[in-house]
Amino acid sequence: MTIASLIDTPSELTNSAGSSKCAIVLMTRVRLARNLAGRAFPGWAGADQRADVLAICRDAVSAAPQMKRSVVVGVTELNELQKQILVERHLISRELSGSKSGSGVVINKDQTFSVMINEEDHLRIQVLRAGFQLKKAWSAINELDTALEERLDYAFSQQLGYLTACPTNLGTGMRASAMMHLPALVISGQMEKVVRAVNQLGMVVRGLFGEGSDASGSIFQISNQTTLGEPEEEIIKRLQSVLQSIIEHELNARQKLLEADSRKLFDKIGRAYGILQNSHVLNSAEAMNLLSLLRLGIDLQIFPETCRPVIDRLFIEAQPGHIQHAVNHDLEAGERDSTRATRLREEFARFPIPTFTTNGNN
Amino acid sequence: MPSPLKCDFCTKSATVHLTQIVNNKVHKVDLCEECAQAKGVTDPNGFSLADLLMKASLNSEPVLASGVRCEQCGFTQADFKKHGRFGCPQCYQTFSGVIEPMLGSMHKGTAHTGKVPLRALNRRSLSERLSKLEGELDEAIKAERYEDAARFRDEILQVKQAFDPKPAGGR
Repeated sequence: MTIASLIDTPSELTNSAGSSKCAIVLMTRVRLARNLAGRAFPGWAGADQRADVLAICRDAVSAAPQMKRSVVVGVTELNELQKQILVERHLISRELSGSKSGSGVVINKDQTFSVMINEEDHLRIQVLRAGFQLKKAWSAINELDTALEERLDYAFSQQLGYLTACPTNLGTGMRASAMMHLPALVISGQMEKVVRAVNQLGMVVRGLFGEGSDASGSIFQISNQTTLGEPEEEIIKRLQSVLQSIIEHELNARQKLLEADSRKLFDKIGRAYGILQNSHVLNSAEAMNLLSLLRLGIDLQIFPETCRPVIDRLFIEAQPGHIQHAVNHDLEAGERDSTRATRLREEFARFPIPTFTTNGNN
Repeated sequence: MPSPLKCDFCTKSATVHLTQIVNNKVHKVDLCEECAQAKGVTDPNGFSLADLLMKASLNSEPVLASGVRCEQCGFTQADFKKHGRFGCPQCYQTFSGVIEPMLGSMHKGTAHTGKVPLRALNRRSLSERLSKLEGELDEAIKAERYEDAARFRDEILQVKQAFDPKPAGGR
């Protein structure tokens, strides 16, 4: 499979059929950091050493049964737009997309697994699942990791676990995260409080694209902070219960917004619908926020449930890289905004009309 | 340990390696035998590494930078301070004095209790067992203990069979 055909194939996240069934958790992700024994970490290794590790890992990863018919590609073989699209689909990190030669990625056909080679660690193994599926994601990545270990000698210490370039990933090397849609907590100004509480429970809150990114579209990434001192299943269990309680807070916040003044909320959603149907210039942050309101509308049964996959797909397809890919050439920011508006006008011309009824249950 | 470390005070190879924690800072010094004697390092009473460093009128930074160096990859403690990441897996042993005190505040615990790469560890222990058996086989042959030798040979065969990875793509 080539990178071009991979990009044109619906991903786990853009594939309408398989899209999230969960109202609040958009997607679940688990990644493992692994390194080969006796070799310098990518950031410290020379060009020759990096090339060796890339060759060894490439072979081992593409031989794993989970990675059949996958795309195997070096970072330097990708053009800027392709890299951007992969970042927008959460298949590679920004760090990898900016790295020099000797780095690469292996992505399976349905884009649920991606293995980055020579990012911060020799291997960053990742699994992506639409919806709230932490346990399934963990068991899938655990199997892939075991398959890789059959061919690769990992750097491992009985005391410290998997040895990683950065000591903050030591032990399990695992970062499990969920992408959550929390519009009511944002609208009611409770997000700061939630972030603080979540931090106290040993979890971290970030924006949609990880460290340093903003939370446009009211989408947040919540993940475990620590990796050493407890088994993977325990970390997953703790994260799971934190996520459950965030879901409850979000649902409560929605209920309160409706009780306090449902007109205000309906007005926001109705206007968002109007703008998406009629605007001619739309930047990606605004588009994300409007889409977020429509997704909230689906949760509140203002739009039919069947519309959910469309919104989830557009969350990705409204990103700058995807917009440029759709028209097949590079665009200036201004042109991009008008192209985005056009695409969204087309999508929302066939979108059902909202029905605003307060039938008591959210 | 085939140590390439040099004495911090002269150019001879260092045989005395010292670590002291003063004011929560880890100080490490490598000395040759003569310098160690001359500085009174071998006297366990009242010896202070900080004093030693001061007397040598060296500020501690360059000593730290040149002091400990990872044998495997050449990474130094100064590099760790700069990058916040290590050079290679071996660094965790080289700099254990620096990293171990940090782990408690960084993580939930300081010991790994999660997944263990059983296959990789199994491979390692098999290869260790193999080289041990091969040594024993050699000795048995030299000593003309042929019954033992035959037994070792069988065991080696067994280990090799267990060790031999399945052909690529198999199963």
